[in-house]
Amino acid sequence: MASEDDNSEAFIDVRNVSKHFGDFVAVDAVDLQIKRGELFSILGGSGCGKTTLLRMLAGFEEPTSGQIFLDGTDITNLPPYERPVNMMFQSYAIFPHMTVEKNVAYGLQKDNVAKSEISTRVHDILKLVQLEEFASRKPNQLSGGQRQRVALARALVKQPKVLLLDEPLAALDKKLREQTQFELMNIQDELGITFVVVTHDQEEAMILSSRIAVMEKGKFEQIGSPKEVYEYPTNRFVADFVGTINMFEGVVHEIKDDRITVESDDAGATLAALSDHPPEQGTKVCVAVRPEKIFISQNEPDNDEDTRLPGVVEDFGYFGNLSLYRIKLGNGKIVQVSAQNRRRTAERQLEWDDEVFISWRPRSAVILVD
Amino acid sequence: MSTGLEHQRDLLWQRLAIAMPYIWLLVFFLAPFAIIFKISLADPIIAQPPFTPSFNDAGDFQGTADNFAFLFTDKLYAITYLKSVFMAAIATVLCLLLGFPMAYGIARASPATRSLLLLLVVLPFWISFLLRVYAWMGLLNNYGVINNILMWMGLIKQPLQLMYTDLAIYIGLVYSYLPFMILPLYATLERMDLDLLDAAQDLGASRTQAFWDITWPLARAGVIAGCLLVFIPAMGEYVIPYLLGGPESLLIGRVLFDEFFVNRDWPLASSVAIVLLLLLVVPIVFLQRAQAKNAEGAT
Repeated sequence: MASEDDNSEAFIDVRNVSKHFGDFVAVDAVDLQIKRGELFSILGGSGCGKTTLLRMLAGFEEPTSGQIFLDGTDITNLPPYERPVNMMFQSYAIFPHMTVEKNVAYGLQKDNVAKSEISTRVHDILKLVQLEEFASRKPNQLSGGQRQRVALARALVKQPKVLLLDEPLAALDKKLREQTQFELMNIQDELGITFVVVTHDQEEAMILSSRIAVMEKGKFEQIGSPKEVYEYPTNRFVADFVGTINMFEGVVHEIKDDRITVESDDAGATLAALSDHPPEQGTKVCVAVRPEKIFISQNEPDNDEDTRLPGVVEDFGYFGNLSLYRIKLGNGKIVQVSAQNRRRTAERQLEWDDEVFISWRPRSAVILVD
Repeated sequence: MSTGLEHQRDLLWQRLAIAMPYIWLLVFFLAPFAIIFKISLADPIIAQPPFTPSFNDAGDFQGTADNFAFLFTDKLYAITYLKSVFMAAIATVLCLLLGFPMAYGIARASPATRSLLLLLVVLPFWISFLLRVYAWMGLLNNYGVINNILMWMGLIKQPLQLMYTDLAIYIGLVYSYLPFMILPLYATLERMDLDLLDAAQDLGASRTQAFWDITWPLARAGVIAGCLLVFIPAMGEYVIPYLLGGPESLLIGRVLFDEFFVNRDWPLASSVAIVLLLLLVVPIVFLQRAQAKNAEGAT
C-alpha cells in the first residue's frame, strides 16, 4: 500500500523475483520493499513460498529470475557466507558438538575477528539474551527457550544488516512464546537491525511486526500494517486467512455517496456498508464482517442505519474473557459473533435456541471484490 | 496377590534380558578364551589332544610361558604382526577414503535413490565371500580380465603381475570390507540436520570450511565404528592373503592357521591368538573411549 511510492527508502528491495523448482512455481514474480529498521513479517500457510523467499534473501536459493538489492547493492548471486545477512533457523540449527560460547563465536571466527574482540562481543551478546551463565554448556543441556536464544545470539553477534527469522517461536510453548515475542521486539528495538520474520501464525505476525505481507501460492495477497491487514483486507483470501470473518456473497444494489447496499441471498437480506471506492452497481461482491464487530441483542435494535438480522442461537462457547456465539439466520446461514464478558453477571445469559437479533454498523463491514 | 507375583516374574524376565548378552559373552567368548589361554601355557606333544595337560598326575599345576617368550625371540612373529597391523591400517584408511564420499552421496540422495544405493552396497553379501574372492583371482590373473583389457587397449605389452602381490591383498581387503565402512558412516551422515550446514555457511563458512567444522566432527562416531569394523577383521584375515597374496606376504592369520593345522603346535598357535587379541583390544578400548566422549557432546 504505502511502500509502492517510496522506493528510495527500500533497504531490502526484491524486484520481480521468481523461483521455480522444476514445474513448481514456489515464488511467482514478487516485488517487495522493506525499510531499514523494520520488523517485517511474511505470513502464509505451508507451501505458500514464504520460506523459499526467505532462503533467497539468505542466499541458500538462487532466484530463477529477478534481482534482490540490499542497501543499494545487488546481492542476487552472492553466496550466503558473503552476505551481511544472518538467519535464525526454525530448527535453530545449533551445532551440537560446540558449547554455547563456541556456537556464538563461530561466525566471528570465520570473519577472522581478533580473539579478544570475539570474547567481548560473545560475552555482550550472551548478556543481551540472558545466557551468560550457560556459556560453557553444550546445547543438549539447554531447554527449548534457551536454545532459541542461542540461535538468536549466534545470528546477532555478527551485527548483520538484516536478521532473517524462520518461524522463530513455533517450537516454544504458549507462555514462553508470549514472553519471547516481547523480548524479540525489545532486542530489535535496541539494536535497530532490520528483522524479516517468516511465520504461519497470524497472531505472531500481528504482535511482532510493523508490516505484514500475506503470501499465497507464491504471490503477495496484501502488504500492510497489522491493522490494515486485519481491518481492511483487500481480498477474500486475506480476510479469511487473517482472523475470523463472516462473509456474505451478494450484488451491489444501490450506491449513495460512500454508502452502498448489497442485495445478499447469502444473508437473506439487504446489507449496508461503507466504501471509499464503491464498485459499480450490479457487481458481485462479498460483505465481510468480523465477529467482534457484530452486536447481539434479544430485542430488535432501533437504529435504521445498521444492518439487522434475526436469528437463533445455534451454539455458544465461553472463553472467560469473551463468549463466542454461532447464530443461525432464517435461511440457515451461520454467523459467528463474539462478545466481551464485561460484567461478571449478565442480565440474562443467552441459551440455545434463544431468538436474537444481530446487528452491525455500515462502517464495520468491508466490501471485497476479489 | 497375583499382581505381586506377576511383578516378581516381570522383574525376573527383565534381569534375564539384561543378563543375556553377558551370558552370551561368557559362553562364547570368555570360556573359549580361557581354554585357549590354558592351551597357550602347555607344551606340544604328539598325542590326542596335542598338548600337555595343565595338571600332572600328582595334581600339581604345570605351565610354561615359553610359547610367549618364543614369539618375542623369533623375529618372524614380530614382523608378521607389524605387517598385519600395517596392511589392515592401510586397508582401513583406503576404505575410509572411498567409503566417506560414497556414504555422503547416499545420505544426500533422494529417498528412492537412497534405498537403491544402499541395496547395491549390501548386494555382494548375497554371494559367498569365498566365491567373491575367487572371482578376484579371475580378474587379477596374468591372463585375467584386467590384463586382457589393458593389453587389448594397447596400454601394456606384457601382462602385469597383479595376482600374488600386496596390491592384490589391498584390493581384496578394500573390496570385501568397504560395506562395513559405508554403513555406519551412512547412518551418522543421514541423521545429520542439513540446516547445520546452511547455518555454518550463513555464519560465514565456505562449503569446505562447513564440512570440516560441522560434518566431519559430527560423523566421528561413524568414522570410528567403520574403522573398527574394517580394521579388526582385516587384521586377522586369512582367506584374502592366502588366495590373492604372494608367498612373501605372510600375515598373522596365515601364521595362526599354519601353527594350528600344519605344525600342529596348538600351544604356540594359542599364544599367537592371545597376542593378536591384545593387539586389537588396546586400540578398541582407546577408540571406544573417544567415541563415548564424543557421544556425550553430540546427542
